[in-house]
Amino acid sequence: MRHIISMLVENESGALSRIAGLFSARGYNIESLTVAPTDEPSLSRMTLVTRGNDDIVEQIKKQLNKLIDVVKLQDLSEGEHIEREMMLIKLKAAGPDREELKRLTEIFRAKIIDVTEASYIVELTGASRKLDAFIEAVPEGLITEVVRSGPTGILRGAKGLTL
Amino acid sequence: MLGIIDISPVAGSVAASLISCLEATRSVPMEDACVQSNLADGPDSTQTAHAGLREPASSPLAPEAPLLSGAEITIQAMIDEGVDYVFGYPGGAVLHIYDALFQRGDAIKHVLVRHEQGATHAADGYARATGKCGVCLVTSGPGATNAVTGIATAHLDSIPMVVITGQVPTPVIGSDAFQEVDTVGITRPCVKHNFLVKRLEDLATTIRKAFYIAQSGRPGPVVVDIPKDVTDPNIKIPYVYPRDLSIRSYNPAKRGHLGQIRKAVEAMLDAKRPIFYTGGGAILDDAAAPLTELVRALGFPITSTLMGLGAYPMTDKQFVGMLGMHGTYEANMAMHETDCLIAIGARFDDRVTGKIEHFCPHAEIIHVDVDPSSISKNVKVQVPIVGPVGSVVTDMLGVLRESGGRPDQTALAAWWKQIDDWRGIDCMRYDRSSPMIKPQFAVETLYKVTDGDLYLTSDVGQHQMFAAQFYPFDKPRRWINSGGLGTMGFGLPAAMGVQLAYPDAQVACISGEASILMCIQEMATCKQYSLPIKVVLLNNGYMGMVRQWQEFFYESRYAHSYVDALPDFVALAQSFGHVGMRVEKPDQLEAAMREAFAMKDRFVFLDVIVDPSENVYPMICAGKGHHEMELPPTMSERELA
Ligand SMILES: Cc1ncc(C[n+]2csc(CCOP(=O)(O)OP(=O)(O)O)c2C)c(N)n1
Ligand SMILES: [Mg+2]
Repeated sequence: MRHIISMLVENESGALSRIAGLFSARGYNIESLTVAPTDEPSLSRMTLVTRGNDDIVEQIKKQLNKLIDVVKLQDLSEGEHIEREMMLIKLKAAGPDREELKRLTEIFRAKIIDVTEASYIVELTGASRKLDAFIEAVPEGLITEVVRSGPTGILRGAKGLTL
Repeated sequence: MLGIIDISPVAGSVAASLISCLEATRSVPMEDACVQSNLADGPDSTQTAHAGLREPASSPLAPEAPLLSGAEITIQAMIDEGVDYVFGYPGGAVLHIYDALFQRGDAIKHVLVRHEQGATHAADGYARATGKCGVCLVTSGPGATNAVTGIATAHLDSIPMVVITGQVPTPVIGSDAFQEVDTVGITRPCVKHNFLVKRLEDLATTIRKAFYIAQSGRPGPVVVDIPKDVTDPNIKIPYVYPRDLSIRSYNPAKRGHLGQIRKAVEAMLDAKRPIFYTGGGAILDDAAAPLTELVRALGFPITSTLMGLGAYPMTDKQFVGMLGMHGTYEANMAMHETDCLIAIGARFDDRVTGKIEHFCPHAEIIHVDVDPSSISKNVKVQVPIVGPVGSVVTDMLGVLRESGGRPDQTALAAWWKQIDDWRGIDCMRYDRSSPMIKPQFAVETLYKVTDGDLYLTSDVGQHQMFAAQFYPFDKPRRWINSGGLGTMGFGLPAAMGVQLAYPDAQVACISGEASILMCIQEMATCKQYSLPIKVVLLNNGYMGMVRQWQEFFYESRYAHSYVDALPDFVALAQSFGHVGMRVEKPDQLEAAMREAFAMKDRFVFLDVIVDPSENVYPMICAGKGHHEMELPPTMSERELA
């Protein structure tokens, strides 16, 4: 099963490689990893997407918790949560494709944020599956470049992942 | 800044190498790199260490705090930690620290080893024998890489150790400077934690953290990498050692959950065929006394891993021998048949479980461990208890007494009857009439000569297994060997650490002619510090353990397991200024050993020529369960052969 693990991590040099290293050393699967600072300067928030059966994911969480730099950990997939990923996609937009791509962008509620005679850059935010669907929908051969942030997520409701 | 890595579906290796590449070149501004991460380099990264160092005036510390340089702080912090021995080897990056050490030679003793691997094993042996933290000091680059084997050895056996490594000055980190390696990167997978100290202001706290992390919870080695400019003797700041320390992200368990403990005791009282299975955790947490009391109160059999030997007296009737690959028949059969397994400070290692599908098929499993990630890692357990082993076992005793319950005596008597039948098979028999010295006989003789009162370190191979099988330890911290990593070369330097900790105790190292050569240079250290260690070399002329596997599983094709061109060990020992002796006949062995141990103030190297063809039995071969052991040949089988 796919799990989204959200962590508060000490903003220390080496913390990121400790976490990535854990996955390679123990042979765990890692689909994506995003990191950024939080409102509290000493902490970073990390969102990690992994796949595995319950036993493996349980071990992954224990091993992550064991790292001295990991302050708090939450498996978002265990509760109601919101997931968002951002994508920037550069499309070949010349001739008749131009109109078609514009329509597609509107259907997906994406934004065209850069335009040249021959190209669009489209920005799209949503659950990872929505991003996949957009890529699927673009006609064959029109994609120049895809940049995705990897998912981030947050639990629904009033409670937060804080110290 | 947003740090993003999306590398599905490949496992973590890509991310790891990408990130380590980024972090290794720490002086590259992160903005220039293709992956940005605030984590990869903290907020201090842009400011050089020097900028922060020159202004200690604004420090909020008490006026009486002495002004110390980074080098002096490193030494003073060790003194404040109560460190008595530092095992080390000097070099450019640690010269400031050595100079500070020179000036405090009264307060802290430095032991000069002959190879950094020796320093780590010596500190490790010291830690295993005393329960205190072992300490090493090595230089950058090759000093640090030489220490890696010893750090990994300590890591796999959870030994508390602090390793201070020198590093090139902060301004040149990442420039491939002379003797620069990314020590924090290289050691990351084989430490409990590690630090790179970039600012003098952080040094004392970091060293305090290192000692705290190394010794608390599940212990382990911690590396503190200190760039040379941070130890500059001309830059001084007020020093106060931060005694009270808390780390918000690190809170090891202090007590076990009482509800779970009650459940465990209930299960024990309901059991018909129970057995205790204890590991290194019982020794690390000094749980021998409450453990012995609990096992005796219940009257259950107890087995132990290689790492746990001595936590419960091995000469006691309730002890059924070591379990696992070369464990006793009775211990392994009892594991197979038990209906209640009480695992204490053990981690279900593959050398212990055999084929996991066959492991303890009938048992409810109780598992006590301070490390939650050890629980249900290899084997799913029904009653997990996270907590320090000693306190949990003490609580179990309390609950047992309070309940007034007694195990089912009829069932227990039948269980013991079954175990005694298994014992009757005599699974460790060997040919006692051999004209050659049998390695088993050598260990039995060692036991006799030392009256069982010995600290015994070991290298890795058949001799290690024979020692574990034939030398019954009645006390914890007496049997000192590299179980997890299986590091050849461990024994001799480890014995140095033990002998320094206990100058008046009998300390011996049992070894093989292949293993001993891996750290043989430490004989010079033994000479310099007059360490009266006895090396008992079971010289079979082979990498015996390798030869045994080749005999069993490769149709006796002995590829490179014959140890050719051996030195004359007697002359070698003498050339280092020690006593060397050689024994070749069984009837001379005891007298020779007595003579060796009678030399109380001399290092003696006893080269014991043993039967080159002996194998370690019993054995669980790969892919087999506990009930499928290979037993040693019987007398008549031997005659046929
Ligand atoms: C550093 C290292 N290299 C290789 C091995 C693999 N290995 C395990 S036992 C062994 C042979 C040890 O031979 P010896 O020291 O003579 O002991 P014996 O088995 O003969 O008693 C080897 C090579 C190891 N454990 N450690
Ligand atoms: Mg040998």
